[in-house]
Amino acid sequence: MIDGRVRAAGPASDRAGEWEHFAHGADIGVRGRGATPARAFEQAARALTAVVTDLPLVRTTTSTEVHCRAPDLDLLLYEWLNSLVFHMSTERLLFAAFDVRIAGGELFAQARGEPVDVARHAPAVEVKGATLTELSVRREADGRWCAQCVIDV
Amino acid sequence: MAAGARSASLTCRHGNVRVNLQGVHRDGEYRWVIEPTARMRVPAVLFADEQLLGDMDDKVREQLCNVASLPGIVGAAYAMPDAHWGYGFPIGGVAAFDAEQGGVVSAVGVGFDISCGVRTLVSDGRREDIVAVQDRLARELARAIPAGVGSTGRLRLSDHEMDAMLTGGARWAVARGHGTTADLAHIEEGGCIGGAEPTALSQRARTRQRDEMGTLGSGNHYLEVQWVAEVFDAVAAEAFGLRAGQAVVSIHCGSRGLGHQVGTDYLRDMLLAAPSHGLQLPDRELACAPIDSELGRQYLGAMRAAMNCALANRQILTHLCREAFGRVLPGFDGRLLYDVSHNICKEERHEVNGRVRRLHVHRKGATRAFGPAHEAVPEALRPHGQPVLIGGSMGTASYVLAGSASGEALSWSSACHGAGRSMSRHQATKQWQGRQLVDDLAARGILIRSPSLRGVAEEAPDAYKDVSAVVEAADRAGLARTVARLEPLICIKG
Repeated sequence: MIDGRVRAAGPASDRAGEWEHFAHGADIGVRGRGATPARAFEQAARALTAVVTDLPLVRTTTSTEVHCRAPDLDLLLYEWLNSLVFHMSTERLLFAAFDVRIAGGELFAQARGEPVDVARHAPAVEVKGATLTELSVRREADGRWCAQCVIDV
Repeated sequence: MAAGARSASLTCRHGNVRVNLQGVHRDGEYRWVIEPTARMRVPAVLFADEQLLGDMDDKVREQLCNVASLPGIVGAAYAMPDAHWGYGFPIGGVAAFDAEQGGVVSAVGVGFDISCGVRTLVSDGRREDIVAVQDRLARELARAIPAGVGSTGRLRLSDHEMDAMLTGGARWAVARGHGTTADLAHIEEGGCIGGAEPTALSQRARTRQRDEMGTLGSGNHYLEVQWVAEVFDAVAAEAFGLRAGQAVVSIHCGSRGLGHQVGTDYLRDMLLAAPSHGLQLPDRELACAPIDSELGRQYLGAMRAAMNCALANRQILTHLCREAFGRVLPGFDGRLLYDVSHNICKEERHEVNGRVRRLHVHRKGATRAFGPAHEAVPEALRPHGQPVLIGGSMGTASYVLAGSASGEALSWSSACHGAGRSMSRHQATKQWQGRQLVDDLAARGILIRSPSLRGVAEEAPDAYKDVSAVVEAADRAGLARTVARLEPLICIKG
């Protein structure tokens, strides 16, 4: 069912990563790629925001600290995206830029964004949560890392 | 069911997906059976006509067979006519488990939006009464109903009030002035689900609900002003208070952020605890726990609290809706016909091989449909069966059905829940423009009010399956009887 890229990656950055969405029945998958798991996690988070609005519309005026842990990288991605969903939901924020550090099963991150502006962001849908569906963090043949899962909207 | 099972050979209408029908045999016009193979403990049964079955994603079959392999499953794993690929469990899936046989409860068998459901309000108002004030009413409702990303409700609950809401459900909401006690008799369990355990909720779950009481959400959730366009069963319709040409209101939403967080928390916990419960999951997504385990009990307590949250939420929205109507159309009473959830796990008594057993019935994107004379159906409606409320997609019909006597033996008294998507959100936004859709629907007399045009495009009516075909299949399969078709006039969306 995964039908490949349906949206081009965001503008190239010095992080040298990229993100995309993939189709899943009623919902949508997010996928990030980068040189390390941390970079791939950052890009997957950008894809998460892009489910809600167009990324270039989101300014970076506020910053939120995120910390989570999990027994493996797959579940760490699940925790990371769901932590962002929690902050987006309870603080009415959208995030556009991320600095992620992963060490010993723990993730430390700074997420930068701004409060939702309905008129400017025209948010399409709220995110209910990241799921275990198509959840995977893996190293690809070219040595880069790919982090993905389906998002319930 | 007709005899003469035969192998099925079908083609798919759209050609991009095709259910693998090897091993599926037909048992009657609308029932398809996959006998147990490999790890399956019971058969998988799909209710659909040929076309709906052919259009189902192959993942539905795979997921249904996985569900059929879970410990303690009783009877069969069922897929309703609107079934589509979900998380672990297909959406439109029904499965019952016996705790005494090592049965499990699954967070993905309920879904992230716990107790998402539909309620319908009836009135003595007519379609023409709405049309006369349509624009003003749409504006007033859009102003009154918090909808979409970033919206907040007017209530902010203290910890103490949150606990009272989580154990009291709609009963709590009515006691706080949102609606009337007459409403409660027309909600599942009288509006209050027993066995709710607020302490089983994480702090995150509570925090997510702090500002979200009385909000509609987004996606396929809506508040619609509709009219009764066609009556199929005049006797049941009369008992339900539905007459041709009459104005009604339907509300589709769930347990908001609290329910989503309960799903998120317990999906992870069930996955991590599976080895300690001796569970070998056919698919990691199908995370579950024995009903008779600490984690299983905790989840059930948290899920029931989230169910109360959903009932309270729909009750508050009902009150806001009645207030908005009162400002535009004084005299619109909006009596509650019924409120029924379609993402749940409930402990129910069902007859299995001549013996009544207590089963935990998961209905994920499936609606409970108790037949005539069932004690759980409100007395005034009981002779006709429980109202089954089927939501359409934006701009399309919705249906009121009634539970049938045959549904008990077919599917633990369960029916479909809606149309189900036929196209991804991205495909929809490529194909339709939000503004154009709003204009086109307005030209057909349907006013859409949403803060997001992209959201409208993603919810385009044609991105969903044909709800009429789904309802017809449910009716002909014997899962429920069609009572009336409702057409929209105003749709408030997130």
